[in-house]
Amino acid sequence: MSNVSLIATASAGLGAAIAGGALPSKTRVASAVLLTWVSCGAALAGAAEVLHSGHPLELQSAQLLPLTGVTLSLTPLGAVFVVTTAVVAMASTLYWLGYASHGLNSRTASVALPLFVTSMLMVPCAASVSTFLVLWELMALSSLALVLNDQARREEARSAAQWYAVMTHVGAAAILFALVLLSAHAGGQTFAAIAAHAKHLSGAVRSTAFLLAVVGFGSKAGAVPFHVWLPKAHAEAPGPASALMSGAMVNLGIYGIVLVGDQLLGGGPAWWWLCVIALGVASALFGALYAATSTDLKRLLAYSTADNMGLVLIGLGASGLFAATGSHATAAIAMVATLLLLVNHSMFKGALFLAAGSVQVATGTRNLDRMGGLMRRMPVTGVVFLVGALSVAALPPLNGFVGEWLLFQGLLHGLPTTSTVVVFAVLVGVGALALTGGLTVAAFVKAVGIGFLGRPRSGEAADAVEVPYSMRFGAGLLGASCVVLGLLPMLVIPALERAARSATSSAAPSSVHGWVTLHLAGLHGVLAPVLLAAGLVAAIAIVASLRRLAHRRSNKWRALRPAEPWGSGRLLQTPRMQYTATSFAEPLQRVFDDVIRPARDLDVSHAMESRYYIERISYRSTSDDIVEQNLYRPIIGAANWWGERARSLQNGSVHRYLAYGLVALVAILVVIA
Amino acid sequence: MNSVESVCVAGLVAIVQIGAVLVGGPLLLGVMRKVRSRLEGRRGAPIHQPLLDLRKLITKQRLRPFEASWVFGFGPVILVATVAAVAAISPLATTRPPLGQSSDFFAIIFVLLLGSVFLALGALDTGTPFGGMGSSRAMTVGALAEPALLVAILAMSIPAHTSNLPALVRIGLAHPVVIASPARLLALGSFLVVILAESGRLPVDNPSTHLELTMIHEAMVLEYAGPDLGLTMLGESMRLVLLLGLLVNLLVPWGVADRPGALAFVIGLVALVGKVLLAGVAIAVFEVFSAKLRLFRLPELLAGGFILAVLGAVTAVVSR
Repeated sequence: MSNVSLIATASAGLGAAIAGGALPSKTRVASAVLLTWVSCGAALAGAAEVLHSGHPLELQSAQLLPLTGVTLSLTPLGAVFVVTTAVVAMASTLYWLGYASHGLNSRTASVALPLFVTSMLMVPCAASVSTFLVLWELMALSSLALVLNDQARREEARSAAQWYAVMTHVGAAAILFALVLLSAHAGGQTFAAIAAHAKHLSGAVRSTAFLLAVVGFGSKAGAVPFHVWLPKAHAEAPGPASALMSGAMVNLGIYGIVLVGDQLLGGGPAWWWLCVIALGVASALFGALYAATSTDLKRLLAYSTADNMGLVLIGLGASGLFAATGSHATAAIAMVATLLLLVNHSMFKGALFLAAGSVQVATGTRNLDRMGGLMRRMPVTGVVFLVGALSVAALPPLNGFVGEWLLFQGLLHGLPTTSTVVVFAVLVGVGALALTGGLTVAAFVKAVGIGFLGRPRSGEAADAVEVPYSMRFGAGLLGASCVVLGLLPMLVIPALERAARSATSSAAPSSVHGWVTLHLAGLHGVLAPVLLAAGLVAAIAIVASLRRLAHRRSNKWRALRPAEPWGSGRLLQTPRMQYTATSFAEPLQRVFDDVIRPARDLDVSHAMESRYYIERISYRSTSDDIVEQNLYRPIIGAANWWGERARSLQNGSVHRYLAYGLVALVAILVVIA
Repeated sequence: MNSVESVCVAGLVAIVQIGAVLVGGPLLLGVMRKVRSRLEGRRGAPIHQPLLDLRKLITKQRLRPFEASWVFGFGPVILVATVAAVAAISPLATTRPPLGQSSDFFAIIFVLLLGSVFLALGALDTGTPFGGMGSSRAMTVGALAEPALLVAILAMSIPAHTSNLPALVRIGLAHPVVIASPARLLALGSFLVVILAESGRLPVDNPSTHLELTMIHEAMVLEYAGPDLGLTMLGESMRLVLLLGLLVNLLVPWGVADRPGALAFVIGLVALVGKVLLAGVAIAVFEVFSAKLRLFRLPELLAGGFILAVLGAVTAVVSR
């Protein structure tokens, strides 16, 4: 049985891509989706076997890839990522069935999407440097094709794809250097060989490889300051692709850091992990702040992805730090919390991106300021988005809450230590967790409240109708998993513990127990998500029925009467008078003015007759990404400047080229002599 | 004691605690208004006036703006429900509340946050400018208050090695030194700032103003009528009592029942009422002598709360 599932995953995935490319447009998407489901099912079966038995699935083939061959090995750590990817992919491809007719049924897209899913399913299986890099590149290229999907209609998609292509390849170059460095020193390119040799490497080599890996994989995970591509590419990618990128692809960035840091190098000194925590804190704060002030629905979600990956990096760094300072029990809890945050993030962010894609299909816009009233017009999509939003805001009884609670407990119990560095790192970590928590709540109240509630702010929003069933089911699948994982986190925690143990190769006993109440082994921390939810539901039912009863007893008229809103007695209220996303975020933007530095442009034109009469006021406020403005723009500017200078070397004169040749020859002779 | 009996006792404790918060909320509001009136030289409404208001409101018709969805009507219900659920499992009159093992401080704060979020969503659902205004401001204040609160919880949890709320109260009973420690005091100072901010008291929000442009909380509930308005008022006052109850039990836990038994529980309840009453009167007196801060001065206050909490956490770590 062992490696049948790996072969099935790969071949069904390739079959889906071929079907997508070869079949006529009527059957193309449906058959690609069907085969992708087969591929995901096979991957789930294989991953379940690995997680159950604890033994990796191995597969080798010398013929598949020239020179190096393919080496695959699915470890429990990889299996967690495979399962997560498969679930998000199944929901997204189901959603694709309905979405396809909105510009995602071209031949290119039908090849790229199954290929993207398959490469993401296979990356965690890769067990040698060359296999890993080939799959990694395949994942980058197929997703790039998807980002470019709407480029004919939208100018921005091209620029987004450019940013994505450059950033992902700079990241890939860093990963390439890191892995090549390791395999050159180890004398073999399989991960097993590298891991076996890692103990004998010098500290400098290990640290260089780790830092390169953090930069390379961090850019895939959207860690600040390597995140600039993320709000562009995730926003421009079509619905299912953006859900896959945000729900599954960014995870693999974290996977890479765990792979290099823990599995290949077997942990490292404390300062490695302090770097990871610093990266996480920066991402979390920056992402949360920009999410809170964005007015573009998908950009908001993308920044929130950076925020969540920041929390994951904090957990990962804390786990490494605890392990480096010898507290293995808390390290295990932090690692489980990290993986739980990742899995949860995939579920709710996948649901949110799919719901946002539905909104884009129904209203034709991503601008929150042109939405409103969608909860009544698109009830299912609205509820899925609400569930996802409450989940990302870490509100009980949904899954985001359990993850953050576990991370908080891990950090809290990491404190009994003598190391000042650890104390400092934990305090900063909790501070970041706390600051981002509040901002995330504000961001998602804005997203739900402005986008889905109130009155429609544009004609398109007023005419919106609910999307087809397949899209509702696809998004609903992920929304439902948020609820289930929130109530019964023990469905996944044992698997995550096994993965954490295999990643850190520790023999720590399982640290979280209990189905109804979660107990942390050796620590005084208990959470009962099911009971909490039951209590809440009971309380809601009681209060709601009391409200009904009280009315029934004393009145004859209807309990609820729709009426014109009062609005402090204002007549003629128009939807334009409502708060917009911009005005909702204005107080926060003003509070964090020094960080965001929005550009404001106020233009008042007075009437000709008198300056006391104002004819028109135009106000424009844009907040561009400050990292992009202050870090990347200068680099791009410098590259352009350098290019301009280099241009003057070439003037077309043959004499000059001959002179270059002569100078070069003389220089070479001098060097040789 | 067999299990059926213990379940019954737990249920009874939960019901009594919920009932105390349910009745205590409006009454505390009445007391605070009375104190303010007297200090301002007015006679003021009777103390049970909020209860009378509730009785009046509950018999009226509910109104819903034309374009509002189910979220609008759900907001007040979930506000009251979250506070009631938390009141059942919090160490208010006894340190052994039902499911006390799982009454985690962190979890409780997030359950309460759920209520605030739905109230803010309900306000945005009205489709009026004031709803959005209140919601935006409340979320801004909340976003700035939450960090202070979470770090304050961390500061209190470090010496106790747990964030379990009954355990935090119990450690104060067993080792009064912990309460006098700078960590706990700084954290409680920060907690107090957060309570004032979250329950819309001065200097963050003026609960007795009805001038739209300055309002935070009242702007959110403008469109509610009848039972919905009653529920929001009830929920807000219950939350104030609940948070004050937690604050006083963390600051002066004496009196709270630490043993099973009816007498201890009754004593605990009486002690709780007394302590919360004192705290409420103190807040009312403070409100007479203070003015509302401008909205954009609030970050300074809340950042102050955050700094207090961070200092608390640092001292907690240092003095271990």
